[in-house]
Amino acid sequence: MTNITSRMWRPSIVGTALILSVPILTIVFSVFEPPGENWQHLKDTVLPEYLGNSLLLTFGVGSGTLLIGVSTAWLTAMCRFPGKNLFVWLLLLPMAMPAYIVAYTYTGMFDFAGPVQTTIRDWTGWRYQEYYFPQIRSMGGAIAMLSLVLYPYVYLLGRSTFLEQSVGVMEVSRTLDCGPWTVFYRVALPLARPAIVAGLSLALMETLADYGTVAYFGLGVFTTGIFRTWFGLGDYTSAAKLAALLMLFVFALIIMERVSRNKAQYHNSSGKLTRFSEYRLQGFKAWGAFAICAIPIFLGFFLPAAQLSLWAMETWSEMVDDRFFELIRNSFLLGLGAALISVILALFLGYGKRILPGKTTIVSIRTASIGYAIPGTVIAVGVIIPFAWLDVRIDAFMKSSFGISSGLFFSGTIVAVMFAYVVRFLAISLQTVESGLDKIKPSMDDAARSLGYRPRETLFKIHIPLMKSSTLTALMIVFVDVMKELPATLILRPFDFNTLAVRAFELASDERLADSSTAALTIVIVGLLPVIFLSKTISQSRFDQGNTEI
Amino acid sequence: MKRLEVKKLDFSYGRNQILFEVDFTLEESQIGCLLGPSGCGKTTVLRAIAGFENPTKGEIVLNGNKLNGSNIFVEPEKRQIGMVFQDIALFPHLSVDDNIQFGIRSLPQTQRNRRSNELLELVDMSQFKKTYPHQLSGGQQQRIALARAMAPKPSLLLMDEPLSSLDEELREQLAREIRLILQQEKISAILVTHDQKEAFAVGDHICVMHQGRVQQNDSAYNLYHRPLNRFVAEFIGEGALLPGIVTSADTIATDLGEITGNLPKSCKHQDNVDVLIRPENVIIEDENENKAVITERYFRGSGYLYTLKTSGGAELLCLLPGSEGLQIDQSIGIRLQIERPVVFSRP
Repeated sequence: MTNITSRMWRPSIVGTALILSVPILTIVFSVFEPPGENWQHLKDTVLPEYLGNSLLLTFGVGSGTLLIGVSTAWLTAMCRFPGKNLFVWLLLLPMAMPAYIVAYTYTGMFDFAGPVQTTIRDWTGWRYQEYYFPQIRSMGGAIAMLSLVLYPYVYLLGRSTFLEQSVGVMEVSRTLDCGPWTVFYRVALPLARPAIVAGLSLALMETLADYGTVAYFGLGVFTTGIFRTWFGLGDYTSAAKLAALLMLFVFALIIMERVSRNKAQYHNSSGKLTRFSEYRLQGFKAWGAFAICAIPIFLGFFLPAAQLSLWAMETWSEMVDDRFFELIRNSFLLGLGAALISVILALFLGYGKRILPGKTTIVSIRTASIGYAIPGTVIAVGVIIPFAWLDVRIDAFMKSSFGISSGLFFSGTIVAVMFAYVVRFLAISLQTVESGLDKIKPSMDDAARSLGYRPRETLFKIHIPLMKSSTLTALMIVFVDVMKELPATLILRPFDFNTLAVRAFELASDERLADSSTAALTIVIVGLLPVIFLSKTISQSRFDQGNTEI
Repeated sequence: MKRLEVKKLDFSYGRNQILFEVDFTLEESQIGCLLGPSGCGKTTVLRAIAGFENPTKGEIVLNGNKLNGSNIFVEPEKRQIGMVFQDIALFPHLSVDDNIQFGIRSLPQTQRNRRSNELLELVDMSQFKKTYPHQLSGGQQQRIALARAMAPKPSLLLMDEPLSSLDEELREQLAREIRLILQQEKISAILVTHDQKEAFAVGDHICVMHQGRVQQNDSAYNLYHRPLNRFVAEFIGEGALLPGIVTSADTIATDLGEITGNLPKSCKHQDNVDVLIRPENVIIEDENENKAVITERYFRGSGYLYTLKTSGGAELLCLLPGSEGLQIDQSIGIRLQIERPVVFSRP
């Protein structure tokens, strides 16, 4: 590496990190802004509600995802029962379902006027309030919806550590006369705990970031509070302060995740991987295991997908028109654009870290990639405040110097939306790219050069072939995440600019559930892509090198 | 004919100087070893020869051509130097066959195949031609890495601790195999290692390095019997240093009697010196008046290695064949049998 390149590279890394941290810094510094008139009022009235509900939701979804995630992870990693090989990847399907889509699909099915309750009334002759039926639009409902689509985080990380755990340790426990339950509680679970906690913190970050579900259910939590304060009261400083409070929770989760991941490194200590003799389940145990795996897949994917398909069959002919194709085009272009930018930045930062290791680089990259944990709502508020400020300045400057108005250049345009996406999703692409780069040992570069290849040829012969799949994966994951993204798009999109996610949510909010299904189903189908990919990676046996990172 | 000349090589990372005037040559078809404890700079020398590091001073000359200098720096890919790495570094996306053919892309396909088959046979891996690196064991991977590096028939082959990631048992066996393979192919090579057994098994010449300097560049025999300084004497083989005083041009007086032989010219009358005593220099003679007490003993298969303490307090090692062991705390008479004393003056 020549000095000139390194002299350019390091400042560019620092610069990129600084630009990407603008939204988060904006929110952090909003704490020091003088409070607006509404702040005191908010603090006295709704803040306790937001706080309490957010905590309750986090706790509930935490319990739900742990229960489903750990049990399915253990069963599919360690036991043999009918359908197990299929479940290994079917259990990932709910990841394709955005929580807000599941939420309004269930509402459509289980509401008073929905098919389930209507059928019950038809059969029994009961009337309104003559029978008990759980209310879907409630805190309990939100916890159930979010748990059903977020448990795969715990499942994935949990299962892979159960598989990676030193087989020796497990077998030693079995020779010491420990039954499967004892091995699970006394050996496997303590060893897997850091990885499970890391998965849990990812699920909880998503919970805190969720806007669609809680908004649809009318629950007052931080994200909905930020929306109300922003759009309802038009009080930007108070919204930013709420966002800062929410970020406090998120930082706690980030620390929890980082600490757990560090611990997890030391807990998985197996050197050689040999096949662990699985527990063969028979009789009612086998059927129990079958049910434990089948229920979340059915409730988290097949049931809502079937309902969406039914609705879509009724309404698609009306819904698929020019406007619909425009939605697809918008979503597609946003996704592709954000994916390309994120992956290019990820390659730039990833190679930077490889070539110029050091504190500055590592701190910069950490800063640049913190957005994965920050809710879209918070990022959106953090983007719009500085962008609007910039636009006002530019406009004033243009008016005074040239007598023309530049209008809005950053805020209220695609630029703002794209920027928010990159801030939020860069970490995902960076992680994927880095895991690809890790496979290319520095000595491989040296080996290629000693065999007569110039650096450029090394790039094409070694790096690109080895990086191809992880780069494509990164592109795909960011693309799909952008397709599903709701709150940041809602806040930042230009006037009259819609995406599939926004349109589905709007129609559902207007109680046009059946009409929203075509857009929702499109999102789900696209969302299946990375899930299928992921399932291919994890269904390879543990003897292969495929590592499952989320 | 000289294959490689390394002339007064200096190397620094920033202010931290790693190499000091490293100087050695390698003849055609010879195998040289750089031997030394970790951190002595041996890998840096190798990387400088390969072209991955640019020395701050000094010259590297391969086949009479300068590889570096004030205005010259031959890139690693132009040096025709093959390299085998400590972490093996096979390309995971290529099969064994493709890995071996990686460096000979300019040859026509038929020749590439022939060369690959030839090398697979040489390293005894023919049946693994179509497999991928991750399906092979560590020892098998290193054989393929060796074949890959030899495929372009490099002028020089560099091996950076190629055996250190392997099991002890496999290491010695593969070390001997590597020597045979290199001799068969008539390849000039340099092996970097911290393990003297490995160096003795592979190298014709061994260059002992310590703290960035060459301590001695010699045959294994000479490193053992004629070490040039204390570091080499202590690093290579087993032995102990016995203090004494020079009493005449060819005599040193010690606790265990006089030692005679040619002394280095630097030794002056009445100088305090240390004499290197190898285990085989100590002979047991029960009637001898020089007594020593056995303090430790280790079973060595063919015999025992004893640690002795002389009446003057010096410690010596002694190797005795046979199964009958002497006991700890037993007092025995000993005699020194030294043809050419190795003497270091004491500071």
